[in-house]
Amino acid sequence: MTLDFSSLLPYTDQILEGLVTTVWLTVVTTVAGIALAVVVAYVRDGARVRGASLVSRLLGGYVEVIRNTPFIVQLFFLFFGLPALGVPISATVAALIAMILNLGAYTAEILRAGIESTTRGQHEAARALGLSRLQSFRHVVLVPAFSRVYPSLISQCIIVMLGSAVVSQISVFDLTYAANFIQSRNFRGFEVYLVVTAIYLLLAVGLRLVFEFVGRRLFAFRQGGSA
Amino acid sequence: MALVSVKDLHKSFGELEVLKGIDLEVEAGEVVAIIGRSGSGKSTFLRCLNQLEHHDWGTIQLADQRLDGTSMTPGELSQNVGMVFQSFNLFPHKSVIDNVMLAPVVVKQTPKSEARRIAEEVLAKVGMSDKIDSYPAQLSGGQQQRVAIARALAMNPKVLLCDEATSALDPELVGEVLRVLEDLAKEGMTLILVTHEMKFARDVSHRVVFMHQGRIHESGPPETLFTRPQTPELAQFIASVV
Ligand SMILES: Nc1ncnc2c1ncn2[C@@H]1O[C@H](COP(=O)(O)OP(=O)(O)O)[C@@H](O)[C@H]1O
Ligand SMILES: [Mg+2]
Repeated sequence: MTLDFSSLLPYTDQILEGLVTTVWLTVVTTVAGIALAVVVAYVRDGARVRGASLVSRLLGGYVEVIRNTPFIVQLFFLFFGLPALGVPISATVAALIAMILNLGAYTAEILRAGIESTTRGQHEAARALGLSRLQSFRHVVLVPAFSRVYPSLISQCIIVMLGSAVVSQISVFDLTYAANFIQSRNFRGFEVYLVVTAIYLLLAVGLRLVFEFVGRRLFAFRQGGSA
Repeated sequence: MALVSVKDLHKSFGELEVLKGIDLEVEAGEVVAIIGRSGSGKSTFLRCLNQLEHHDWGTIQLADQRLDGTSMTPGELSQNVGMVFQSFNLFPHKSVIDNVMLAPVVVKQTPKSEARRIAEEVLAKVGMSDKIDSYPAQLSGGQQQRVAIARALAMNPKVLLCDEATSALDPELVGEVLRVLEDLAKEGMTLILVTHEMKFARDVSHRVVFMHQGRIHESGPPETLFTRPQTPELAQFIASVV
C-alpha cells in the first residue's frame, strides 16, 4: 500500500469545517462548563454553613448522574429523548448542551476538592473583615481553589475536547464527522484518520498551552513560594 | 460610657462550658492584655467579640449598639471590630496592597482610588510601604503579621483584637510586630490582646486580665497584678511564664 495524501486535497474544506466546529464547541464548552461548575460548586459549598438545601441536593444528583453514565447516552438522551417529549432540538445545540453539562459536572467535582481544602483561617479572616459568603467565595476561596486543582482541570477539558468526537454520531459536522465523510468517499481511511489524529493531538497540545499560559498569569502568586 | 461592654458572657461547645460568665468593660483608648493558661477560653472570648463564635448567653455592647443577634450586619461589625490572628491568614493569591484594599472595596464599597490611599497609609503605619506589590509567600512571618494588622486597620475599626499575634513567629521577628502594636497603643487605638509576651503586657497595657477556667479570675493594672497577685492561680501562672 502506498500513502497518498493528495487524495485528501479535494476535501480540505470539509476538514477545515470539521476543525472549526470542534474548536468552537470546545471553546464554548470550556468557558460555559467552567462557569457552570463554579455556580454548582458555590451552591453545594453552602451545605458547609447551613446544611444541604434542596437545590444543593439536586445539583449533587446532577453531578452524580453525569459522572456515572456514558457521555454518548447523555448525548442521545438530549438529541433523541427531548424531541420525543415534544422539545425540538438541533444536533448542534444538543451536542453543545451535552458537552457543557458533562464538563460542568466533572469540573464541579474537581473544584469541590479545591474549595474544601480552603483553611478555616482563610474563612475566618474573610468573615472578620465583613465579607459575605458570596464575597468570600469570589475573592478569597475561588482563585486558590482553582490553583490547587488546575492540573486536573486541564486534563478534564482535554478529555471533553477529545470526547467531542462522539457528537459526529448525531451528525454534527465536527472533525471526526469530516473524517468519516471523506473516508466514505475516497476510501483512504489510513491517510484520513492519520491526519485527523494528528489534528486532535495538536488541538490537545494547543489547549494545554493556552491553559498553562492563563494559569501562569492567574496564579502568579505561587511563584513566590509555596502558597 | 465604655466602648466595649460585656455582661455575663457564656459559651459552651457541646457539653464543654468554655466561658462561664465574663464581665468586662473596656474604655476607648484602653489597652487590655488577656493572659492565662492554654485552654482557659481566651481565644473563645475574643472570637465572641467579633462573632466568629456566637455566645449562648449574656450581652456584648459596642458603645450604644448591641453587637450580637441581628442588630449589626457582618459588614458593620467589621468596621467596629478588627481582628489579627495568630496565623496571619493573609490571602495568598493577593498582593499586599490587594489584601489590604479588599474589605474596604468589597464590604464598605470605598472607591478604588480612595481605598488605595487608605491602604498605603496603613501600610506605612506598619512599616510595609516598600512591599506593597509582594505576595504573602514572599514575606517573613513578621512582615505578614504587620500586613495583617494593616488589613484590619484599613476598615478603621474602633477596637482591634489580637489573638497571640506573635506566637507563630520566630523569636527574632516578634519585636517588629510588638513595636507596631505599641505604636497603635500610643496613638490611642483600643486594643484587646491575648498574649504570652508578659513584658509587653506589663509595659504597654493599661490593664491585665487573667483568665482561668472560663472566668476572669483576676484583673487590674499590670504593676499590681504582676507584683502582687491576689490568687494562688495567678501567682502560679506568673511563676510558670517568667
Ligand atoms: N470550636 C470548638 N469546638 C469545641 N471545643 C472548642 C472549640 N474551640 C475551643 N474549644 C475548647 O474550648 C476550650 C478553650 O479554648 P480556647 O478559647 O481556644 O482557649 P485559649 O485560647 O485560652 O487557649 C478548650 O478546651 C478548647 O479545646
Ligand atoms: Mg488561644
